[in-house]
Amino acid sequence: MPTTANTVTIRIPTALRPQAGGNDVVSFSGASIREVLGGLTTQYPELGKRLFKTQDELNRFINVYVNDEDIRFLDNLDTAVKPGDEVSIVPAIAGG
Amino acid sequence: MSYVKALRCKECEALYPIEPRTVCDHDFGPVEVAFDYEKARGRVTRASIEGGPRSLWRYKDLLPIEGQPRAGLRSGFTPLIRADKLAAELGVKELYIKDDSTNYPTFSYKDRVVAVALTKAIEFGFDTVGCASTGNLAHSVAAHAAAAGLRAFVMIPHDLEEGKMVGMSVFGPRVVKIRGNYDDVNRLCSQIADKYNWAIVNVNLRPFYTEGAKTHGFEIAEQMGWKLPRHTVVPVAGGTILPKVWKAYQEFITLGLVEDNKPAMYAAQAAGCNPVVQAIEQGLDLFKPQKPQTIAKSIAIGNPADGYYVIKVVRESGGHGASSSDAEIIDAIKLLARTEGIFTEPAGGTTLACAIKLIQSGRIPRDESICVCITGNGLKTVEVMAGQFTATPVINAKMTEFEQLVNEINETAKTSTQSVNS
Ligand SMILES: [Zn+2]
Repeated sequence: MPTTANTVTIRIPTALRPQAGGNDVVSFSGASIREVLGGLTTQYPELGKRLFKTQDELNRFINVYVNDEDIRFLDNLDTAVKPGDEVSIVPAIAGG
Repeated sequence: MSYVKALRCKECEALYPIEPRTVCDHDFGPVEVAFDYEKARGRVTRASIEGGPRSLWRYKDLLPIEGQPRAGLRSGFTPLIRADKLAAELGVKELYIKDDSTNYPTFSYKDRVVAVALTKAIEFGFDTVGCASTGNLAHSVAAHAAAAGLRAFVMIPHDLEEGKMVGMSVFGPRVVKIRGNYDDVNRLCSQIADKYNWAIVNVNLRPFYTEGAKTHGFEIAEQMGWKLPRHTVVPVAGGTILPKVWKAYQEFITLGLVEDNKPAMYAAQAAGCNPVVQAIEQGLDLFKPQKPQTIAKSIAIGNPADGYYVIKVVRESGGHGASSSDAEIIDAIKLLARTEGIFTEPAGGTTLACAIKLIQSGRIPRDESICVCITGNGLKTVEVMAGQFTATPVINAKMTEFEQLVNEINETAKTSTQSVNS
């Protein structure tokens, strides 16, 4: 774990908790979403398979938020994170 | 008789039992109810449907419930109107309006999905139901929950129209206003469904809820005399109804109830929130989410969960998409009212305005059958029509004043007729 990096919390939805050691919140370090999720998937490879379609592409039905903002409005996987940021993984759902 | 087989992931086809479920565990893909059409063929017939109640439950055999309907017993079976005056105005031969602005009991297409979802909620034994809503769904959940004796929580964006607030609060649900847009509300609701053992109709009852939307399509086909319109224009918000109207058409084709005339599906969105239409126009498989900015609040969903399937169905069916500005939406609301006597909300104005664009651009040929799906009622959103009409005259209760007014009106009409003729 790089000593200069930032620690952020990640909220895990119910459906993915079995692949995340049963945790609902985990903490990882990194300067970007890519790095933080990289840490997550290195520790929990089964979770990684569900999150990512390819190394550079999230699964189509996974939405990732940094402090309530969808990363597709930011810099996607390259979105920068800072200490204390909260990352949420949320499945897309319908309605109206 | 139930022809339900299982829940099946639309992506990886993993099967799950019939249970409250939001998404597939493997890939977060949406799960859908799978039916045994082999078994249904020859058993679900035109006659068996025609013998059913005058409600959406006449299609019960193709809906995912086990016992008898427990909610929305009078919902659905709304009018399909042959809109000849509007057709003449638009220069098309055969135009239909499927009018869910009259749906029972809360005047939108949502009474269909909620009827099925709450029946399912009762079958599963839930005592609390909820939803994330732009208004119409909240009305429907609140009303059906009141009638069924269930507790209701409805989560809405903080800036809904006042008329929409009254239309849900009157039924006594717990209403929670959330700072942000619908997509923020939706995200919170998916976390709520994770934590509380409630039936959130568009989250953990979504597979059942969405099947209810098929009844809009079933009715179009039956009411056209067991035929399909060649072109169907449908509003897109979260993306539920368009793929389900398509599924309804395909089920009727599969069961031999209608001929396959290769029905084409068209997506309608407001220009201020058109992620799906943009993707269709640009030939992309995935949409980019947007921050909605439109008067059509009931369809202002910038991150439509089923948007991907809308794009797929539109493309596979040979249809297209269009989006319309707020001004075009208002004009279309007035046009529908003036020609057919139907007052729809901005979502309906959007759908008609987009249909007009698709006709004018030649995407929809003028000599083939067209159905425009109107999904909500204009009396819920009167605010958007403010300033659209000339001031109403006030007179004393005297016959002379009334006669003078009628003379003025006739004079004005004469002048405007002359100017049209000259
Ligand atoms: Zn799946």
